[in-house]
Amino acid sequence: MSREPLIFERSAPGKRAFNLPAIDVPENPAALAGLPLREEIAGFPQVSEIEVVRHFTRLSQSNFCIDTNFYPLGSCTMKYNPKINEKIAALAGFLGSHPLAPAGLVQGNLEVLKTLEDLLVEITGMDAFTLQPAAGAHGELTGMMLIRACLSDRGQPRRVVLIPDSAHGTNPSSAHLCGFRVQETRSNERGTIDLAGLESQMTEDVAALMITNPNTLGVFESDILGAVEIVHAKGGLVYMDGANMNALIGKIRPGDMGIDVMHLNLHKTFSTPHGGGGPGAGPVGVKSGLIPYLPVPVVRKTAGGLALDYDRPKSIGRVRSFHGNFLVLVKALAYILTHGAAGLREIAETAVLNANYIRKSLEGIYHLKYPAPSLHECVFSDKYQKERGVQNVDIAKRLIDYGLHPPTMSFPLIVPGALMIEPTETEGKADLDEFIQAMTAIAREAAETPDIVRSAPHNSYVRRLDETAAARNPVLRWEGRE
Amino acid sequence: MSYISLSDADRKAMLTAVGIASVDELFCCIPDQVRLKRDLDLPPPMAEPDLLRFFQRIAARNQAPDTLSFLGAGAYPHFIPYVVDYLSSRGEFISPYTPYQPEVSQGTLQVIFEYQTLICQLTGLEIANASLYEGASAAAEAVLMAHRLKNKPKVLIAGATHPEYRRVVGTYVKDLPVRLEEIGHDAGGGLDLDDLERRIDAETSAVVCQSPNFLGIVENLDRIGALAHAHQALFVVIVAEAASLGILESPGSSGADIVAGEGQSFGLPLGFGGPYLGFMSCRKEFVRQFPGRIAGEAKDVEGRRGFVLTLSTREQHIRREKATSNICSNQAWCALRAAIYLETLGRQGLRQMARQNIQKAYYALDKLTEIPGVSRKFSGPIFNEFVLDFVGRWPEVESHLRQRGVVAGLDLEPDYPGLKGCALVCVTEVHRKEDIDRLAGLVREALR
Repeated sequence: MSREPLIFERSAPGKRAFNLPAIDVPENPAALAGLPLREEIAGFPQVSEIEVVRHFTRLSQSNFCIDTNFYPLGSCTMKYNPKINEKIAALAGFLGSHPLAPAGLVQGNLEVLKTLEDLLVEITGMDAFTLQPAAGAHGELTGMMLIRACLSDRGQPRRVVLIPDSAHGTNPSSAHLCGFRVQETRSNERGTIDLAGLESQMTEDVAALMITNPNTLGVFESDILGAVEIVHAKGGLVYMDGANMNALIGKIRPGDMGIDVMHLNLHKTFSTPHGGGGPGAGPVGVKSGLIPYLPVPVVRKTAGGLALDYDRPKSIGRVRSFHGNFLVLVKALAYILTHGAAGLREIAETAVLNANYIRKSLEGIYHLKYPAPSLHECVFSDKYQKERGVQNVDIAKRLIDYGLHPPTMSFPLIVPGALMIEPTETEGKADLDEFIQAMTAIAREAAETPDIVRSAPHNSYVRRLDETAAARNPVLRWEGRE
Repeated sequence: MSYISLSDADRKAMLTAVGIASVDELFCCIPDQVRLKRDLDLPPPMAEPDLLRFFQRIAARNQAPDTLSFLGAGAYPHFIPYVVDYLSSRGEFISPYTPYQPEVSQGTLQVIFEYQTLICQLTGLEIANASLYEGASAAAEAVLMAHRLKNKPKVLIAGATHPEYRRVVGTYVKDLPVRLEEIGHDAGGGLDLDDLERRIDAETSAVVCQSPNFLGIVENLDRIGALAHAHQALFVVIVAEAASLGILESPGSSGADIVAGEGQSFGLPLGFGGPYLGFMSCRKEFVRQFPGRIAGEAKDVEGRRGFVLTLSTREQHIRREKATSNICSNQAWCALRAAIYLETLGRQGLRQMARQNIQKAYYALDKLTEIPGVSRKFSGPIFNEFVLDFVGRWPEVESHLRQRGVVAGLDLEPDYPGLKGCALVCVTEVHRKEDIDRLAGLVREALR
């Protein structure tokens, strides 16, 4: 494959890919008077349209993506993204509407928001949702702010948030950003919450327990009711990271387990495309006691139609401008409406079956640190392969040679050398088998010809990249000159 | 309808392989008390034709897509070349994950690298990140970053910064040792330098101002920046209308230490407010406190150039609670659209577009202020927005125009009680002369 240069390296004076109609108002020199105008922007690209098209088309071809292949990236829920949802989100009535247009001109949009809120309430068993957060971590931050506001209002400005050692890095980071001190809780030998440990750490300075369920091992926190009771008894709240809802949808509802605040990742469970790292959406659900603190505005039914309510004195305020990643919300709503109740439950059941099929097929070939039954994902480690000097990163890179995307690596932190595999419900048996065969073959290579694995990938667009050197001498932009 | 790929036989074979009779056995770890023992109460599943019809009807309840509108205020109508839609809708761009595995993500990574370069060129600063959620939370991240760098309690923010941005910044700093104070505007509509001079002191971490500001005025960044630096404060510039960067002096060359803004104008549709694109750039020396993902150049084992996500020791997945931000997913696909847009418009096209905004806005300002009862509120220089004073008659004007299918602008009173009767009007390259003349004609009619 030939290497695609940077667009700046193709640029040359006199080329252009765009023109506007000639200006149709009289130009007035006074318009520019007093404005600090810049010179031409040095280095800014000048290319033709075909150059732009070939540039981005070629770049796209060096990407792995869900439309072409299996993506077993644990905790990321890389399921198929239905195409019709793209068409729906691109309807002119949605695309052209201004976020500050009077409510009477955006009744359709408000209906999307209200309908999605109501459906998420039913799906999760929470009492209300805000759709404003733009991503999962943004939802976590919003949830922490809600908890802080609620407790402060009760006259209990608590300082600590308890987070299991298996948690995703955004959890401690979000709690910290909200001014909380993070205290880690140790997992037990099953990899789940240790109730005795929790009890000893749960003081009246603890604002919340922040958990993921099923946790990052894919294991359901079966002591959840006990944990909730311990936290509630001391006046704390329980936050649930809903990143793994794909395992539970239609099977259980977090609201029924005593969860007070949670977020969903619409770009995971509800299949809005990941886009190479966003946009996502991270709606936050709360129980009734926390409704007064939700971000403004809130969509309300009134006699004159749907309206935006800004008059909420206890609200934490805004966490984002306008109404969240609206077009992403449209896609998630379309996804829910396509499935209905039985369809959503089938998602969870199939995702869990697929993950357990992989787990069963690779057990013994790869080390499974935590043997507890798992749901939608399974976490192996490189323990067996390390004996031959082959690490998880090598296994991951070797998978690329087999045409497959690597699993999530080195997470959760409680599994050294982790390989975290989440197949999702949309993969068929043939694709799962292909992955299992590749993983089996790599294990054999690690034993017989470890160098092949250690030096992988061999057939990719670029070979293994030196990330350490890149961080030591960072080049973060094109620095060439014309 | 579902998107599941298992045949009945597959399912059976897999159950056998796992050693179970039914998939229910896999959920045995869930305590009985918390299991949902009924179907969710959801509408029945919709097949594609019904689904499409359902959403077509909902979308039709919004204003007609061809409604003539002069709303801006942080969300701007700009022409989007078709290649942006065409290229960005490729599955290879829409459906990948974050490029954690660089060997299979060079497309996304190189796009981010080019996007970072374009943002640096536009803002006049040395480094840029891979994107943040949108303008308001980008502004909040910039304030948090400035506070980390200076660690002083006071942050001065211009009152003419987008009201929603100010609110988001307020939400973000509420539980932190940061005191946010607002600086007023002067008669010209720009930041009141006297007010700034009175309030800035040795306890100030940063001076934050938006340009063009929410009242449409292009700020005198050189003077504000000089004042900030004279007091060892950082100068943070917010850009809510990124199109202005195509022709106005870059904030970096006017002394900005950090620039944060909204990139919606670069190829993203209005879309009722999102997804949009938060962008951020800063001076190189601040890199360790910079939030968000960053792509950098790397070499592979054969010495070929490639790109990776780099400097990740700042980030939450490594640093956990000590990270510079909690951000994980950002707006990569929106940054892709911005890169395609900017590379397509190119050096001349971007300037041409920005220039037409200035000329058309000025023409509209001229036309509208010829009307008796309409005056220009602020004398400062403008880019594509301006405030008109209707001396108390704005509600009549607004309703007269709305009845005729025209949205004339944004009522400023809710956010600026002192600007009762005033409205913010935005004119861009998408507005034709006839549109502006129609607006002026209707306003004249309303005030007759």
